[in-house]
Amino acid sequence: MDLNGGQSLIRALETEGVEVIFGLPGGAILPVYDPVIDSPIRHILVRHEQGAGHMAEGYAHATGRPGVAMVTSGPGATNIVTPLADAYMDSVPMVCITGQVPRAAIGTDAFQECDITGITQAVTKHNFLVTSADDIPLVIRQAFHLATTGRPGPVLVDIPKDIVDPTSPHSATGWDWPSDEEVARSLPGYRPATTGDPEAIERAADLIMEAHRPVLYVGGGILKARAAEALLELADLTGIHVVTTLMARGAFPDDHDLCLGMPGMHGNYTAVTAMQRADLLVALGARFDDRVTGKVAGFAPDAQVVHVDIDAAELGKVRRPDVAIQGDCRLVIEDLVAALRRRVADGVSSPDRRPWRSSISGWQERYPLAYEPAAEGDQLKPQMVLEHLRDSVPDDTILASGVGQHQMWASQYWRFRHPYTWVNSGGLGTMGFSVPAAIGAKVGRPDRMVWAVDGDGCFQMTAQELVTASAERIPVKVAILNNAYLGMVRQWQEMFYEERYSEVYLSPDLPDYVQWAEAMGCVGIRVESPEEVQPAIDKANDVDDRPVVVEFRTDSREKVFPMVPSGKSNDEIQVPPFQAGHGVGTGEGGN
Amino acid sequence: MAADPVPAGPVGHHVLSVLVENRSGVLSRVANLFARRGFNIVSLAVAPTEDDAFSRITIVVDVESAPLEQIVKQLNKLVNVVEISELDPRRSVERELMLATVEATPEERGRVVELVQIFEGRILAVTHTEITVSLEGHPSKVDDFEEMLRVYGIRDLQRTGRVALPRLDAAATRPT
Repeated sequence: MDLNGGQSLIRALETEGVEVIFGLPGGAILPVYDPVIDSPIRHILVRHEQGAGHMAEGYAHATGRPGVAMVTSGPGATNIVTPLADAYMDSVPMVCITGQVPRAAIGTDAFQECDITGITQAVTKHNFLVTSADDIPLVIRQAFHLATTGRPGPVLVDIPKDIVDPTSPHSATGWDWPSDEEVARSLPGYRPATTGDPEAIERAADLIMEAHRPVLYVGGGILKARAAEALLELADLTGIHVVTTLMARGAFPDDHDLCLGMPGMHGNYTAVTAMQRADLLVALGARFDDRVTGKVAGFAPDAQVVHVDIDAAELGKVRRPDVAIQGDCRLVIEDLVAALRRRVADGVSSPDRRPWRSSISGWQERYPLAYEPAAEGDQLKPQMVLEHLRDSVPDDTILASGVGQHQMWASQYWRFRHPYTWVNSGGLGTMGFSVPAAIGAKVGRPDRMVWAVDGDGCFQMTAQELVTASAERIPVKVAILNNAYLGMVRQWQEMFYEERYSEVYLSPDLPDYVQWAEAMGCVGIRVESPEEVQPAIDKANDVDDRPVVVEFRTDSREKVFPMVPSGKSNDEIQVPPFQAGHGVGTGEGGN
Repeated sequence: MAADPVPAGPVGHHVLSVLVENRSGVLSRVANLFARRGFNIVSLAVAPTEDDAFSRITIVVDVESAPLEQIVKQLNKLVNVVEISELDPRRSVERELMLATVEATPEERGRVVELVQIFEGRILAVTHTEITVSLEGHPSKVDDFEEMLRVYGIRDLQRTGRVALPRLDAAATRPT
């Protein structure tokens, strides 16, 4: 069958099962856009290429399937570097197609030329510069295989124009869809791990049985491995408490008795302190990020560590594990559960963990997540807004967030009950993530309600994608917690820079968010007083034919607590001032 | 042939033998990983193997063991990297080639030629004032030769960086 490279590329995406492409055309990618007209694949035309990248990520977060973005060469490609870096940090499966100038022009500083494979080498799992139209099907298969297996990640495929342009003789090609074996053979250096070493799993099971103060430290790898059910079984079987990192919110139900919530810099007091006092940490798909460990030398000083990760490079990168298991989290947990069941059947018992459980419940009682309600006439407390929102939406609502204070409050105050309901930028911390990511999530899960919680600073970075959402009838809902500041920076300046506020003030009413939302085809609502909060949320929930933006005017003085100051040990966790005086700060609070 | 001496290399001197796919861009992917972590590559040699689908990169790097373990793991994540072994210098054969142009007036030429003969090197070219010589051998022997030549004045010098393979009589590789 004769076709041109552009047709071959679109056909390859169709054969891979791609249902949607987020993209924006331009000169070098033009020939690939022509067959898009005839393809059953839906194309979402974004307003900025960064939006395409974050939409692909949001789609992948919500569905588990790889997100696909397609952009042109040069500035189109550089505009998507941030989402690629974001997807790389958070192990999001994503395939990005970039146009490139014709092969003969590569290296000549041609119009809209840039070396995007060179630029993205450090922020992609792998990238390709395709040099022949005949290679297109194999490279696309390789790209999806790499993006979705092992530790998932973004893969970029750079396509020179002359191999896809029907007016170029170099674009003529046939159709040869490679088999799985051919794909495997074509990647001789790629052998992702699957099952864990049985001996290591046995040793891990022994440590788990023997521990007095164990904690399951659960990271985003659990979600990537579709291991939430296996995790629930492990926790129920062992009765061990679970902390879910920022990337793992939703991997374990927040309303489960064993759930301690989020650890880390803004984690729950109990989650942080339980890890500090543990004698065993079972790290599952987590990477001992600095935001979780605080000062590494002071992190969980008495704990032995079992570390399970699909990526061998994570084992021992930050903390030397006592038992390292490289493998797929779901398969390893299933084997671990079997090993533990054998021990229980053999009559092996664990030490009395009642004192530990009682310490935990003591911390939970003394230091729950809490904030001081707003005084009469004060601006809205952001936490209160989030609680109302949380209590007004279906259980399986997908929540996307930007980066900053609102992200931490959202993670803290939401009650996640299902996996894949939390979409956020954890590793890279990309402001502006939430609006496009929410759109991508809604495209992937049109059956779900999708809310984006955003800050005013974040919103201004990518709000233009609401035009995309209106045009494409993608009814996402956005809650802007407008505190008129770059709030997290303001918090650090207040706490660590002697209240010297340098370049953090944004203004509450410039821009006018309601007018802006309406100009973009959305419903716009402004909320200033507590009585307006619930009616505004109810109204937003009723809109299903267009996006909604609700602007909540919140108290700019509100800070995120608890907080472990950067570079400090987790023992130095600070609770909100009104909770202090319980002997806080010593890390010895509780029983 | 005499056995290679055990090199008295500095602490932290490691030799990695990296089998990679023979494709454009692979060397830059490998080199960038070292650059990112601020590790200086002491020497590097690349050439296709007996199967020209693959190349072997021999990298000498000065680094402590713990960060080396991390970088080896990161190297292993590169899709185009097929296999990595760390070669224990005591259980490998290592070779390097050096070309040098040395100042040698007719009066001094005899002494330079004698030196080349002692080291079993070769004379490649001679003029009235200079002589170009080559030496292939264990890197420490090449070091010694270079040191001896320095007395006469080295005009130009190029070393290849070492290449290495496991010694046949020992399981010299440590799989990483």
